[in-house]
Amino acid sequence: MSLDHASHHTDAHDTASTTTVGFWIYLMSDCLIFAVLFATFGVLVGSTAGGPNGKELFELPYVFGETVLLLLSSFTFGAGMLQARAGRKEALLAWLAVTFALGLAFVGMEVHEFVALVHAGAGPTSSAFLSAYFTLVGTHGLHVACGLLWLAVMMHQVVRYGLDGIAHRRLACLSLFWHFLDLIWICVFTFVYLREFL
Amino acid sequence: MNTSRSGHAISADAHESHGSLRTYVGGLLISLMLTAAAFGVVMTSQVPHPARLAAIVVLCVAQLYVQLVYFLHLGSAKSQRANTGIFVCTTLLIAILVAGSLWVMHNANVNMMPMPMSTQEALNRP
Repeated sequence: MSLDHASHHTDAHDTASTTTVGFWIYLMSDCLIFAVLFATFGVLVGSTAGGPNGKELFELPYVFGETVLLLLSSFTFGAGMLQARAGRKEALLAWLAVTFALGLAFVGMEVHEFVALVHAGAGPTSSAFLSAYFTLVGTHGLHVACGLLWLAVMMHQVVRYGLDGIAHRRLACLSLFWHFLDLIWICVFTFVYLREFL
Repeated sequence: MNTSRSGHAISADAHESHGSLRTYVGGLLISLMLTAAAFGVVMTSQVPHPARLAAIVVLCVAQLYVQLVYFLHLGSAKSQRANTGIFVCTTLLIAILVAGSLWVMHNANVNMMPMPMSTQEALNRP
């Protein structure tokens, strides 16, 4: 009986760690997609076709605001995970809601930035540089938007089914995903935005 | 007794690989400082122009490291070894992909740009 219980417990632990390793492999394949987009951007950054370059288009204080939102959301998600591990459902939901708000504000700022660029006549069809820019930054934005959808579904599941083993496993994957997007954004603000102003 | 010991081992391991509020606050503060420093490099005139690219690249790598350790908990802890190994392999692939693309395209750009030159002249290039 005791042995049976112990082996069952080990199995559950193995399933959880296998899932996170598998999800990590998915994230690394995503990382390769971003590497290709960064390489494309690096190759095309000078091809402005006589149009405006990044220095004329980007506003650093605005990008700094976006960055702070994303860094804060990474922290609030981590704080939520601590509450989840302690089994405090209400506190977890509160932190997830804060994370959702921060992520939504980030996506909102990015959409606003894109709309302003298109209105200024610097849309994705203007030059190879802008095509690469919109593809790279847009792909990141799309990932954050998917993360928001996942967050909303996750919050609903926790409310509906409680904090069981499945919820913990899914939260662990979502947490990897969310922190990973922060990692990509650090490369974006360094190599896309800051590099223009050297 | 056996069960309780293994239970303890798992929770100690989990604690080791999941961090605490202290490490999350530390990670947030360090990453905010590194971000502010990176923006400060280009928005103020404290750092001379030739050193700026090196400065932002170093700050970027430092921040990636901080994020990986504090938030993604990568490291040599037993439960994280597989993740860390996969990550190192991916980093190698990324380095080859990005550095290789930039190198190849730079050379193509320098040596194969269309210019007013006849085929014969191109063939006679030293």
